Amino acid sequence: MPSLRPETSRLLNRSRLTGLAIFTLVVLAMLFADAKPAQALPTGKAFAIPAFARKYGLPCSACHTAWPELNNFGQVFRDNGYQLMNDRDSPIWQNPSYFPISFRITPSWHREAADHQVIDAPDGCFGTSLANPCLSVAGKVTQSGFDLSGMDLWSAGTLYKNISFVLLPSSDPTAVWHFESAFIRFDNLKNSPWFNVKFGRFELDNLISEKRFLFLSNNGGIYQIYHFNTPGSSNNFGYGDNQIGVELAGHNANSYTRYSVAVVSSNEGGVNFTTDVVPGAPPANRSYDVNLAFSQAFDAKSLGFERIGAFAYIGQRPTYFETTDGGTVPLVGLGNKSFYRVGFAGDLYIHNLELLPLFMYGHDNAYLGTATSSQGALPSGAQAPTFYGGFIESHYYLNPQNVILGRFEKINVGQQALSGNPGNFGNVTAYSVGYRWYPIMFSRAGVALDGEYSRVKSIGIVPESGDGTGNIPLFPTDGVWSSSIYFGIDFDF
Amino acid sequence: MISSKFVATFALGSIALLTFGAAPATAQSHVNSPDPLLGAPSVNTEESHIGTLTGHAEEGKHLYRRYCIGCHGPDGDGNGMNAQWIDPKPRDFTEATFKCRSTPTGTLPTDQDLYNAITRGFINTNMPSWKPLTEQQRADLVAFIKTWSPRWAKEKPGDVLVIPAEPPVTIESILHGRELFQKLECWKCHGPAGHGDGPSAATLTDSKDNPIRPYNFSTGTRFKCGATNQDIYRIFMTGVDGTPMPSFHDTLTGNDPWDLVHFLRTLQISYPSKELDLWQGYVASHGKDIKPIGPDSAAGAQ
Repeated sequence: MPSLRPETSRLLNRSRLTGLAIFTLVVLAMLFADAKPAQALPTGKAFAIPAFARKYGLPCSACHTAWPELNNFGQVFRDNGYQLMNDRDSPIWQNPSYFPISFRITPSWHREAADHQVIDAPDGCFGTSLANPCLSVAGKVTQSGFDLSGMDLWSAGTLYKNISFVLLPSSDPTAVWHFESAFIRFDNLKNSPWFNVKFGRFELDNLISEKRFLFLSNNGGIYQIYHFNTPGSSNNFGYGDNQIGVELAGHNANSYTRYSVAVVSSNEGGVNFTTDVVPGAPPANRSYDVNLAFSQAFDAKSLGFERIGAFAYIGQRPTYFETTDGGTVPLVGLGNKSFYRVGFAGDLYIHNLELLPLFMYGHDNAYLGTATSSQGALPSGAQAPTFYGGFIESHYYLNPQNVILGRFEKINVGQQALSGNPGNFGNVTAYSVGYRWYPIMFSRAGVALDGEYSRVKSIGIVPESGDGTGNIPLFPTDGVWSSSIYFGIDFDF
Repeated sequence: MISSKFVATFALGSIALLTFGAAPATAQSHVNSPDPLLGAPSVNTEESHIGTLTGHAEEGKHLYRRYCIGCHGPDGDGNGMNAQWIDPKPRDFTEATFKCRSTPTGTLPTDQDLYNAITRGFINTNMPSWKPLTEQQRADLVAFIKTWSPRWAKEKPGDVLVIPAEPPVTIESILHGRELFQKLECWKCHGPAGHGDGPSAATLTDSKDNPIRPYNFSTGTRFKCGATNQDIYRIFMTGVDGTPMPSFHDTLTGNDPWDLVHFLRTLQISYPSKELDLWQGYVASHGKDIKPIGPDSAAGAQ
């Protein structure tokens, strides 16, 4: 569900409208405000499951470096189909306090700001009239206040020995629900950990998971490069978004060696043959994408546990629709054009310091890059856009209950979709720092206090943000600084 | 630019978080040390030696806090926050009594024994396999576990049991093992068919008076202390300390232990083995000659 843009909310705050008018505006804003529904969804920071801790009597820290991020013990547990491979795995085994559902939500206070935004002047100008015309000027939009995150209602476990499942209904802060994850997994086929088949909607096998990471703020709460597309592109793909399809995965006994091959619909994890998990999304095409991932871990003795890996996603997206009603109602996506993302990543430890580096290269077909129907001619100067970049994230674990976070991220557009674009059009630079303290971390529930500051500079484009905050600046050469300050109490039962 | 008041707000908030976060805010967020007067090995110096690995208790202490404290507790006495929900109860390291050893009953285990236990886990308990931890981490944990009891400073581990080569599996070996099962009264706890339902089963308690169940061979595929024939041999020859399962080291001689191993395999009806195949073939042809195991059976039942 699209979120209100800052300027829309500002108008609401400053106007003394009746409830009906506000309601009407909200509905209109929801309908028209944000044309990027996939980005507007909560990113589903969901994957910490006290239900498992309750079932097995283990503390959060057994499976998580700091929840929700997994350590290798948690990775092995997950790879084994949420099984410890002992007598406690049975779906009917339970101890008296076992409750197989987990809840997660985060009340927060946060402040969001973005400069170089297109705003109306003078202040208080609302609508346009001959007597009092509004002027579009560049200005800074700031909002702050108490807030709620979306909510996750998580159940997962075993249906039978070596048949596991995940069901994760997730809501945005306004309680609009969707299925963030829902899959069944057939584990250890032929009694081998090398063959596991997952079927449904799931996160791609990312070495660095965006669903399990430790940042929560609007700006810091996403990996920019996992959702980046070059300016003007019609490609809606986000490497961090859950996809829908089937995955074959395998690992050795301790999950040091892991691989996965996924075939997913080319619809960004959409359901009901659309490109999203909420109503109103455009229809999907009829093609499939492939994701490949491989990683290898090493025991670096006193340094700790080191993992490196590589990934590749090859996909297609439509460039026009088969329509009805005179072209007003799209039916099926057609004119598929290809794109790919490749890269490598790591999860490296130097004692208590964990480093998460990632590099990605992206390439889109020129039709996708310029949002041009493949039935027509490309605009003058059109070329296949490329981008490259990555991030390095650091976690310093003072102890299992206190972790200091940092991240630097940089994305450069290598080749613009239109040769006339400024060379740095769309480039992104992001910095995030944070601190998480887990005062309660045992086998029943978890509570974490989260403080973050995140700052993102994006040139000429809408700042990529967890809630879609921001607008395109007046000029493509303008660098938009978008920042988040965030304090939240993250609890998981 | 960010206004100064928001920078101040963020800075103050961060300081508050750090201040509160640095404090031991909740129970079991801190690992205690044994009273030095008890004479337990020092966390600063205690080591473990597993092959070429040297584990360090100081590192193990951090790992213990992350992985073990929830069950084994901040004092290592098995009274972690989760212990109340766990059955069987977590090990009390302050007693230094360990079930799975290669050493004689009543003696301390070797470092390798503890390492193997951490690596293997205990299949029918809440203790999982910690193989996903690195070898060094597991060695560090072994070193730290030894700092909970003064026994580790005063005693050496017992001599490691030498297991002779396994003789061939024959029906004679199985039948002799069956006689031993009757004669040694294993059936009183484990039941005539190995279902863990012998007449004494309901009365059994461990060294802390917690109820304890004998192993049910018919449903198990692995044992608490391993899965191989050598592991079975070791289990009943060293005993399972802290439980009613004694050591038969002084009772069984020659090939007796192996014969008992071969018979015990036939009780694992859900676990394919050559012993089971051989036994089932024998039962098919000689079923009527086989006397039942139990109180009414003559010694040397067949």
